[in-house]
Amino acid sequence: MTGQAPGGALLDLAGVDVHYGDLQAIFGVSLAVAEGETVAVLGANGAGKSTLLKAITGMLPITAGDVRYDGRSLRGAPAHRRAGMGIALVPEGRRLFASLTVEENLLVGGHRARPGPWNRRSVYELFPLLRPLRKRPASVLSGGEQQAVAIGRALMSNPRLLLLDEVSLGLAPIVVKQLYAALPAITASGATVLVVEQDMHQAMAVADRVHCLLEGRTALEAPVSEVTGDQVANAYFGMLPSVVS
Amino acid sequence: MTLVNAVVQGVLLGGMYALFATGLSLMFGVMRIVNLAHGDFAVFGAFFALVLVDSASLSPLVTLLIVVPGMAAFGYLLQRGLLQRAVVASPLPALLVTFGLSIVVQNLLLELFSADQRRLQIGSFETGSFQLTYDLAIGYFPAVVFAIAVALLVGLSLFLRRTQLGRLMRATSDDQETARLMGVDNRNMYALAAAIAFATVGLAGVLNGVQTNFSPASGPTLLIFAFEAVIIGGLGSLWGTLLGGIVLGVAQNVGAWIEPAQQVLAGHLVFLLVLALRPRGLLAKGAPA
Repeated sequence: MTGQAPGGALLDLAGVDVHYGDLQAIFGVSLAVAEGETVAVLGANGAGKSTLLKAITGMLPITAGDVRYDGRSLRGAPAHRRAGMGIALVPEGRRLFASLTVEENLLVGGHRARPGPWNRRSVYELFPLLRPLRKRPASVLSGGEQQAVAIGRALMSNPRLLLLDEVSLGLAPIVVKQLYAALPAITASGATVLVVEQDMHQAMAVADRVHCLLEGRTALEAPVSEVTGDQVANAYFGMLPSVVS
Repeated sequence: MTLVNAVVQGVLLGGMYALFATGLSLMFGVMRIVNLAHGDFAVFGAFFALVLVDSASLSPLVTLLIVVPGMAAFGYLLQRGLLQRAVVASPLPALLVTFGLSIVVQNLLLELFSADQRRLQIGSFETGSFQLTYDLAIGYFPAVVFAIAVALLVGLSLFLRRTQLGRLMRATSDDQETARLMGVDNRNMYALAAAIAFATVGLAGVLNGVQTNFSPASGPTLLIFAFEAVIIGGLGSLWGTLLGGIVLGVAQNVGAWIEPAQQVLAGHLVFLLVLALRPRGLLAKGAPA
């Protein structure tokens, strides 16, 4: 069983290579995400997960293959234009605008908003902890609060494709759990979600399919219902099934 | 001249310095570019007005309708075409580029207009004044310049704090890459900030050209006063820029009241004092506005 997305894919990566200068980080990765689906990209540190997201958002150019979104190639579309097409990223390390307040961060996130259910009110309903922090500078918030703002900021654009990069990084497990609890409401709003995680269990709990990267290559791709934790762990750590079993 | 008079005139002079410093403060606050050609572009604006006065016999104040948008367009293109390439983590490339621009502009003006001292004439309004008391009078023109400076800084501050475009500018200033992920064209945003800065430079250059003589070599002195105003007030703070301009103007005029030959020196001494005691400026802040 391959992880081929059913029907027309919203996001379709075909044989993508990405280089950092002379160093190749992604080798011929193909990945399709269908509209409404949640896919988790798993892998250890340095497996190329964040690089893959940068290729989708346009922060890094791809050196081979093609990234297609909604049936059209994104080749040549600059990052700021892709945001307007409905691609939103919650970046690794949150990257909030430090001198802006929580509310201002959300307003900037809504700069190229498409019509949809997300606005300041619905974001505050999703993350009630943010409401009393509206006027605070983003830089003084706790890690979990910042991550909630980063997710809210991405939602403000009413994304069709939401990319989540290492939401759990550096946060207490209880906080990670709270943040992931918001995911069903986000997918229910119609967003297609691509989650990049090191936290395998958290990601597998929310995803329909998993895609494991190992040193820049696809190591495993399957629906969550058809793989075991061991299989994913093996792909994650680069152990061949034959060696383990 | 009494001390009170010296302080009052100093505050008004500070308005002019604040006006000069606004563009410098904005370029630094948003793009982290220290524009060493700032004073020369102000002189450029004044000569631009002079050409219009001579060729179309416009009043210098009417030329603002052309000079200010013209300088804004020039600033937009300069940022987009040249300065944006120098916006990197290190401030050095931008310093070198604007240093080079300063030399280019000075020599271009020298070539076109000779080294003569020039002045923009607006007639009696420039010399008229309100007589407040026997020995205290406020010139119409310095008062108008001061009011313009305050209005400009208040307006810019409100623009950056309260409007979506201002928020996008501050967000871009915080993190260009992430701003792009929000659909913000970072280069366009910086070019717009440069356009605003250059519009204020043109305005300051013309008003200064009405108040005092200027020549192609005047730029560096104007740059120093603008710098001192920005540093005294605190880098990146627009309110600080107004305060810095006033402190500098008052220091110079009180210095002149004590010893007429030492007007400029007094300003420099106060500047050094602030650097020594409050190196981050009187109203230092991390962010613009």
